[in-house]
This record gives sequence, structure tokens and C-alpha cells, in this order.
Amino acid sequence: MTAQPALAIEAVGLEKSFGDTRAVAGVDLAVPAGAIYGVLGPNGAGKTTTIRMLATLIAPDAGSARVLGHDVVTESDAVRGLVSLTGQLASVDEELTGRENLVLVGRLLGHRRAAARARADELLEAFGIADAAGRLVKHYSGGMRRRLDIAASLVVTPQLVFLDEPTTGLDPRSRNQVWEIARALAAAGTTILLCTQYLEEADQLADGIAVIDRGRVIAEGTPGQLKASVGTGSLHVRLLDPGRRAEAARVLGAAVGTVVLEPDPAALSAACADAERAAVGVGELGRAGLGVAGFSLDQPSLDEVFLALTGHAAEQHPSGTLEA
Amino acid sequence: MTATTTAPGSADTAAVRRAIADTARPARPGRLATALTFGWRGMLKVKHVPEQLLDVTVTPVMFLLLFTYLFGGAIAGSTSAYLDYTLPGLLVMSVLFTTVYSGVSLNTDLTKGVVDRFRSLPIWRPAPLLGSLLGDSVRYVVAGTVIIVVGVALGYRPDGGVGGAVAALALVVVFSFGLSWVFSVLGLLLRSPNAVMNAGFMGIFPLTFLSNVFVDPATLPGPLQAFVDVNPISVLATASRSLMAGTPDGTAIAVSLAVAAALAAVFLPVTTRLYRSR
Repeated sequence: MTAQPALAIEAVGLEKSFGDTRAVAGVDLAVPAGAIYGVLGPNGAGKTTTIRMLATLIAPDAGSARVLGHDVVTESDAVRGLVSLTGQLASVDEELTGRENLVLVGRLLGHRRAAARARADELLEAFGIADAAGRLVKHYSGGMRRRLDIAASLVVTPQLVFLDEPTTGLDPRSRNQVWEIARALAAAGTTILLCTQYLEEADQLADGIAVIDRGRVIAEGTPGQLKASVGTGSLHVRLLDPGRRAEAARVLGAAVGTVVLEPDPAALSAACADAERAAVGVGELGRAGLGVAGFSLDQPSLDEVFLALTGHAAEQHPSGTLEA
Repeated sequence: MTATTTAPGSADTAAVRRAIADTARPARPGRLATALTFGWRGMLKVKHVPEQLLDVTVTPVMFLLLFTYLFGGAIAGSTSAYLDYTLPGLLVMSVLFTTVYSGVSLNTDLTKGVVDRFRSLPIWRPAPLLGSLLGDSVRYVVAGTVIIVVGVALGYRPDGGVGGAVAALALVVVFSFGLSWVFSVLGLLLRSPNAVMNAGFMGIFPLTFLSNVFVDPATLPGPLQAFVDVNPISVLATASRSLMAGTPDGTAIAVSLAVAAALAAVFLPVTTRLYRSR
């Protein structure tokens, strides 16, 4: 194992303007090595610009960043040698075949012809595109293109991968595959910086999240912390006897918090900050002899987090109809 | 998770894990090797879409037939005499037109996102540009060869023989290397491949016609003649004509090469900088 700094990405005060538009207005990031770190924000928040600065594609106007211990401006070549980028537009050559794309990247990274071909075939097989290896990429589906893009990033295993909106425009099945691949990469110790506008995606994959809006980081933490920071979830209870709901509401109101009666005549819920208090509430119901048919504790969704933090709603994943 | 997906068309997570477990890094390739790899990419594109060669050869062949049979008799007395005059010029035209496509294909790359891949790789930075030029040179040679072959089929017999024809083609291709950087700059500055095509031809088309490619400038009005005489395309056509005729015009050849070098010296650094910052 090569020694890695504890922080895979360390950015301080990154800024970038395009003309009059301040795309990134002072972003600080601290991404631990080996983590999946989510940068979450709506379209135009500055996510892609941030990623492009960290991947050395563009130079910041102000601020500095170190990626795997190397400065992105003064040691950009060293950074490029350790990271891979899958761009928002799939960074593959549409006019070549899938295999040619991977062989091309292999050759550019220094593999000899035979080694580049062997590696290409290994990745094509692993990513389920072996059957389409000889077809031009412009005939690929969105999911295949995305997988090829990620495969191209792994021709030589990088220490850090930038995934810029890896599932935008994908159907749920392809999206789940990309998530599986991201998890496999993280399990192997690769750090992943994941830019996404989908709260569900960050919630599913990321160990830590920075919420970014209008070029600034407006909140940071684990998915759980972010949810907790916007306050309460709720404890839902369903009684065995609907006739005793008023009694139960008094008990929960005293033990937990503000009670809301639900449309279901046997159900009610109480605003609840944490799981312990919820447990107390359920215990009190039992002590009062109120039979409980079932209960659950909801945390607030990241959608609510985003709304609370930015004052405007984030976008939904187009496959939002998919039941979790 | 131990379950793996084995349905066709799916990623196999276990295989992905095996693949990324191999963390060996090959030694970085040299600059020339990198540029040659990009040249290989250019060849592959021609292989997959050979029609693109049709684009760049049909127009000059059309001009060759049109001018030879429609205007040849009127301009030079006979079609065969005109063919002798105009074929070396048409060679220049067909290859120079092809250089516009270098800018177009660069612009196409930029709109596709594949450039992000190249720019994020630890490679010598001008390699993609130099490499695509290597690939383009194949197109230049094809475009030029087609014109010469069609000319010979129509009865053109250069006094300089095969050697003269090859030398003329080589000179024109070298000149095109220089000129192509101008279109590369356009390719980096303009918004769409179509805009590059239009702007490119808007420049190269009048320049080609206001040269000695089609007519002897002796009959032109003074100011126009003055322009035609200093037009580098005229100089290149003169050089090409002299090589084909087996009587190399040293001055015209030297001026052509100098113009190509000057174009490259000015526009290559601009191209590299624009490519890096875009």
C-alpha cells in the first residue's frame, strides 16, 4: 500500500468566474481518503466547475487545492497521474468502438499493445459491454456509454475518481448498476468525489456530503447529520384500537412532541428529534395499556434538507417513481 | 454482498472488483508514442467513416471535370492544354480544402466531451493536436492522390514524372500542416463544427479562386493581379506546377515552406493555449 495523506482532497477558497458569472465563489472541501464524498447541488450550483478545477482541467482564479497531496496548479501532471474523470458528457469517443476507446486510453497511459488489448477485454467483460465491444459508441445506449466511460477511468486503477453526475439521464436499472460499481470502487479503497443533483443518490452512496448552492458550500456533514440539522423526523404509530386514539395522542404529546392525527383512524404521529425519545414514547403507550399494531421512525428526507438550507427545492431524479 | 449480476449487458461487480484490484501502473509513454497513438485514433475514424474522404475528394474532382471540359477550351485553347496548367493547382486546392476539416473535427471533439478525457490524462499536452494532424495527413495524401490519378486518367502526363508528382504532393501536404493550425484555432474559437466549416471555406474559397490556380493572372486587372501574385496559394501552385513539370522553382518552393513555417509558428502556440484553457 502506498502511503496516502489522510485527506484525499483539500480545497480552500476555490473561485472561478466565467465572464460576469461567478460559477464558484469560494469553495472549501475536505475529503477523507477512501470515502465516497458527495457534492450535492442543483444545476448551475458550481459542481462541475469545482470538479474541473480539482481534476486540473481548468485553473482556479483564486484559492488552492491539493489532490492526493499534490497541488492542482503547480503539480497538475502528478494529479493527473493519480485520478480519473468521468465527465458529465460521457468522456468517450463516439466515433470509435468500445474496445478501441479502452485500448486508446490504455496506450496513452503507457500499456503496450497486447497489454492494452487484454486490459480492454477484461474491463469490457466486467462492465457487461463485451457483446458490443466492436460497435461504434454512438450506437450505444446511455447506460452502456456511462459504463464504458467509467471503465475508461479504470484502465489503470486510479487512487481517486471524479464522478460528475454519473446517472443523469439513466434508467433505474442502469442507475443501480452505476451505483453498484461506485460501491465496488469504494470498497477497494478508491476515493470517489461524486457530483450529483439527486438527493437520493448522495444519500445512497456518500459517506459525507457537501451541499453546494450558487458557488458556495452551504452545509456539510454525513447524510444523517444533515438530516438531523434540519430538525425533526416523526414517529408514526398505528393502534390496535382506533377508539383509543385521543388517549394515545395525550400520552405521545406529553412524552414525545406535537401530535398529528393521520387520515387512518388508527394512526397518529408525533414530531420526534431522535430514536431514543421515540422509544420512550412507544414505551409510554404500552404502560398506558394502549396496544400498538406497529410503529416507525422517519428521518427527514434530503429533499427537506435542501429546501431548508437553500430556501428552494432541489430537482427530483427522473426515475423518482421508482419505489425504494 | 456476494451476489453478482451475470445477465448479459450488465456490469459484473465481482469482475469489476478483480479488475481494479490490479493497481500496477505502466511507465508513461514518450511524447512521440503518445502523438502516434492519437494519429492511430485519426486513422480509426477514417476507417469507420470512409465517406468523410468522399466529402473532401468529390468537390475537387468536380472542379477538375467542370473546369477542364467547360472552360478549358475557352481559357487555354484545348482541354488538354488547360489540364496541364490547372492540375497542379487543383492538387493545391483539393488538399487545402481538406485542412478545413482538421478544424471541423477538432471542434467536433470539443463538443463531445472526449477532450475532457484526454485533458485529464497524464500525457504530453500537445499530443492530441499533433496526433490528429498525423491522422489528417492521411486525408491530405488521399485527397491529393485522387486528383493526380483522375488527372492522369483524363490524359494529364506530368513532365516531372512520378517523382515530380510525388514531390509536388509532398510539398502541398507540408504546406497543409502549417495551414491546418489556422483552422485549428477556428475550431477552438467557434461554437459549432458547422460554423468552422462555413468560416473556413469563406476564407479558403476566395483565396483559392483569387490565385493562379485556374487562370494565368497576366490577363487580370492591375490591382487584382498584384493580389494574386502575393497570394501564398499562387506561390504554392507555382511551386507545385514547377515540380510536376520537372523544373523545380526554388524560390516558390522556399517561399511556400517559409509561409507554412510562419503559419505554424504563429498559430500552433495559440492552438495549444486555447486547447489547454477551453
